[in-house]
This record gives sequence, C-alpha cells and structure tokens, in this order.
Amino acid sequence: MTPTTHDTIKGLICRECAKEYPPVSLHVCEMCFGPLEVQYNYQAIKARISRQSIEAGPKSLWRYRDLLPIQGEPTVGLHAGFTPLIRAKNLGDELGLDHLYIKNDTVNHPTLSFKDRVVAVALTRARELGYDTVACASTGNLANSVAAHAAAAKMQCYVFIPHDLEASKVLGNLVYRPNVVEVEGNYDDVNRLCSEIAGERKWAFVNVNIRPYYAEGSKTLAYEVVEQLGWSAPDQIVIPMASGSLLTKIWKGLNEFHKLGLIDRVATKMNGAQAEGCSPISAAYKQGRDFFKPVKPQTIAKSLAIGNPADGYYALKATAESGGAMDAVTDEEIVEGMMLLAQTEGVFAETAGGVTIGVLKKLAQQGIIKRHETTVALITGNGLKTQEAVMHAVGKPTRIAPSLAAFQQTFNLGTHER
Amino acid sequence: MVKVRIPTPLRPLTGGKSDVETTASNIQTMIESLNGQFPGLKNRVCDDQGEIRRFVNIYLNEEDIRFLQGKDTPLKDGDEISIVPAIAGGSHADAGVAHPNERHR
Repeated sequence: MTPTTHDTIKGLICRECAKEYPPVSLHVCEMCFGPLEVQYNYQAIKARISRQSIEAGPKSLWRYRDLLPIQGEPTVGLHAGFTPLIRAKNLGDELGLDHLYIKNDTVNHPTLSFKDRVVAVALTRARELGYDTVACASTGNLANSVAAHAAAAKMQCYVFIPHDLEASKVLGNLVYRPNVVEVEGNYDDVNRLCSEIAGERKWAFVNVNIRPYYAEGSKTLAYEVVEQLGWSAPDQIVIPMASGSLLTKIWKGLNEFHKLGLIDRVATKMNGAQAEGCSPISAAYKQGRDFFKPVKPQTIAKSLAIGNPADGYYALKATAESGGAMDAVTDEEIVEGMMLLAQTEGVFAETAGGVTIGVLKKLAQQGIIKRHETTVALITGNGLKTQEAVMHAVGKPTRIAPSLAAFQQTFNLGTHER
Repeated sequence: MVKVRIPTPLRPLTGGKSDVETTASNIQTMIESLNGQFPGLKNRVCDDQGEIRRFVNIYLNEEDIRFLQGKDTPLKDGDEISIVPAIAGGSHADAGVAHPNERHR
C-alpha cells in the first residue's frame, strides 16, 4: 500500500452488524454476511472541504476526491465524470414538468456510461492495494469501462459477460484486448461464477472484492447534480435500478453533502426505475415488502437485467426514507422513452435511459412528480451501444439520385426560398 | 428427517460437513436444534433479537422462507433446507428464482 497522504478512510464496516475491518479488499462480513461499506472520518473531511475547494478542483469526479475511498492520489480514470446537466425544456413541456434536468452520462469519458465513475475509483484503489490484474462481472457497460481503463493503466484484465449482449458492448470490450469471457448464462450466473473465481485468484474484481470502494464512485453523480444546480439538491431524482447500488449511493451522496454543511437541506425524493421484464425491486416496493423475490430477467434493457439485486434491500430503504416511489415500464415503453429523449433533447440514451424516461413519464402522469418540482433524470449510458433496441423503430434514410431535380421531386418543398 | 445444506462459510462449525440432518418441526426449532449440535451456528444465522439475518437466505425445497411463514414455516419428513448467504452470489443456482411472468399469478 502506498503511504497514507489522506486520513479520510477509517476502514470498512458491516452495514448490518457494524463489525469493523481494515480497508482491505473484502466485501462481505465474515460474521453476518452483510455487505461492507467504507467508513470515513467526516471530521477530517469537514475540516478541509468547502464549496470553494471543490470548485477549484479538476473538471472530473476527482474534484470530490476527499469523499472518495482512496488513500493516495488518483492514478486511473483522471477524466471521468463532470458530465453535463441539461435543462430539458422540451421534454419538460412534453411531460408537464417546468423544471426538468437530464444528467447526461451518455458522454462520460472514456466509455460513455456512468460506469467510468466507479471504475476510476475501483482501479485507483485496486492499485493502492497492490493488484496488477482487474476483473468484473458485467452486463456490458462495466466491462467496457474496466477494459478501457485497464488498457490505459497497463493492468491485466478479465471481463465476464453474459453470452447474449448487444454487439456494440461486446466489440467495446474486444477492442481493448482484455480477456473477454462470455458465460453461457445470464448476469446472475456470471456474478455467481465471479464470486467463486474471486475466491481462487488474487485479482481485483471491481464489483466483488473491491465493491465497497467501487460503489462509492456512484456518489459523484449526486455531488455533480447538486453543484450544477447551484449547490442545491433537487426535489425529485429518477434513477435506473439494476443491483440498486446507484440509487443507494445517490442517497448517501446527498446526505453526505448535507452532513458536511455544503447544502442546507436534503428533501430529495429518490425514485427507482426498472424494466417490467426484470423488476424485483420495484415489485417489492409495490407490494410493500422490504425483501424481494429474485427473477429470471427478460427485457431489452440488458444493462439493468440483474434478477438478484445485491443492493435491492438498501434501494427500497432509501426510497422509503426519502418518500420516493418506484415503477417499471414495458419494452415498448422503453423504446418510446429512448425516442422521446432523443427527439426532444437530442440525447441518444441506451435502453436504461428509456427505462428512466418511461418511469419519469409515468410518475409525472400520476402526479407523483409535480409540475413545479425540480426534477433530475439520470441518463447513465449511450444509445449507440444498444442499437438493436431501436433499429426497428427509427425508419430509414430517404434515398435519392444525386440531382437537384430528384431532391425537389422527393421532398416537394415548393418554389425556392432564396 | 429433514436434510439441511450448509454453506461453505459455516462448515467450520459443522466439522466440515456440507449436509446435516434434523427432525425439527419448523425453521425456528431447526435452528435451535442445529445450534445444539453445532454451537455458534445460531449466532451466524440469526441476529441478537433471534431474527434471521437479512443477508442469510433459507430455502425450503427451493422456496425462500420469507415467502412462506418465515421462522414458523413447518417442516415435514423428506423436506430439504438450504442456507445460502445472499451476497456471496449464492451456491444454489435457481433457488427461489421465479420467471418474471410467473410473479403475477
């Protein structure tokens, strides 16, 4: 481990039984099997963090470095994060929302999804812990990001994916030359296999044994939204859910900013979005349960196709604490959501973005999200990676001969304008 | 007899055995009885209030007991129980997994 230049991490702590551990590569409590979480020294952080210190930082997620679980300086993913927050007036008009924003992680660097955030943190931490090989279980976006960052960091890399991913997500791994392992099964099978391999190999599996550090990277989406809204937390956030980790960490990030005095209040409602073909968390919410039934996913939103969500319980808890809601949309509504976002705001999101917009629309229609509320929809991945989902819906170009006559005849625009 | 499958992390308590047997009539008494045979086991499976820990799943013939009667779920001769830590990814491939279309039945 590199010498400690920061004293912000105290160690790991079990979310269930509060047993404490040193900050090593461990993710499950050996006593009660609860998930481990990074414990910070908030007093030390509070002493040095301010709006000004953050604003003076780099234009990347590392401007929030004091709230991220690394001990030295960041070494991987130096340009991830700090993506645009778009004032979505056109989409807001369509949905009856006066203050709608899109947090646009379709343009995250370098692999066009929010996973660049968690991987920047995970690989920096993995290096600190002395690993030279990184790995992950992935529905696609995470694998792309791990593969790209590992190439740049000159680390050995194994990515494990289900066998039926979109072509662009497979290609987006192969191009970086990692070992791409296509598992004959769904994500839950891949995840189970990776848990077993993690027990055998001295590898940093970013979302297995490095998970407590990795997951913290998601908080930066919350930090950025608050800063970009002028140091104010929104009234409503809509968040896509796969494992449920993102929603859980957004809630944590907002509350940390409040605890550190960076914002006066947090009254944000956390709303979770799933695809109907894989909705164990939103189904539990609707039935008023705090536990869920694992499912076998069947949806075009493959990046959200986790049937046995590791953080489902905590996502339910965060939603309940915040007074938010959850809902699910059909595959048709997902495609409609993708098209609507593209055609109103010029943002081409992947299927998970269609899930978010579809659920946003439902919650607005039901009056759960109100016209006057400041609302942020998190768009976490890029539509060019899931082209299969919309190919049938986008139509074809109009083909003409290369002549003015052919153009005028085809488009019938009348007499010339100038 | 009811057969109970023990996950790897708890096998140090069962002397390495992966399957043990019990004659208990429900989940609650099964845990007490196993704790009698293998002291310390209850503490790993249940919290201080005696409730089954959130990240320990117990399956009766492939169904999560949370969807049955929890600790009061009755057991009968020939039943099979699996204890599976949730977050470890599980070692029990399809236990409790429903097809999405089956949820609404």
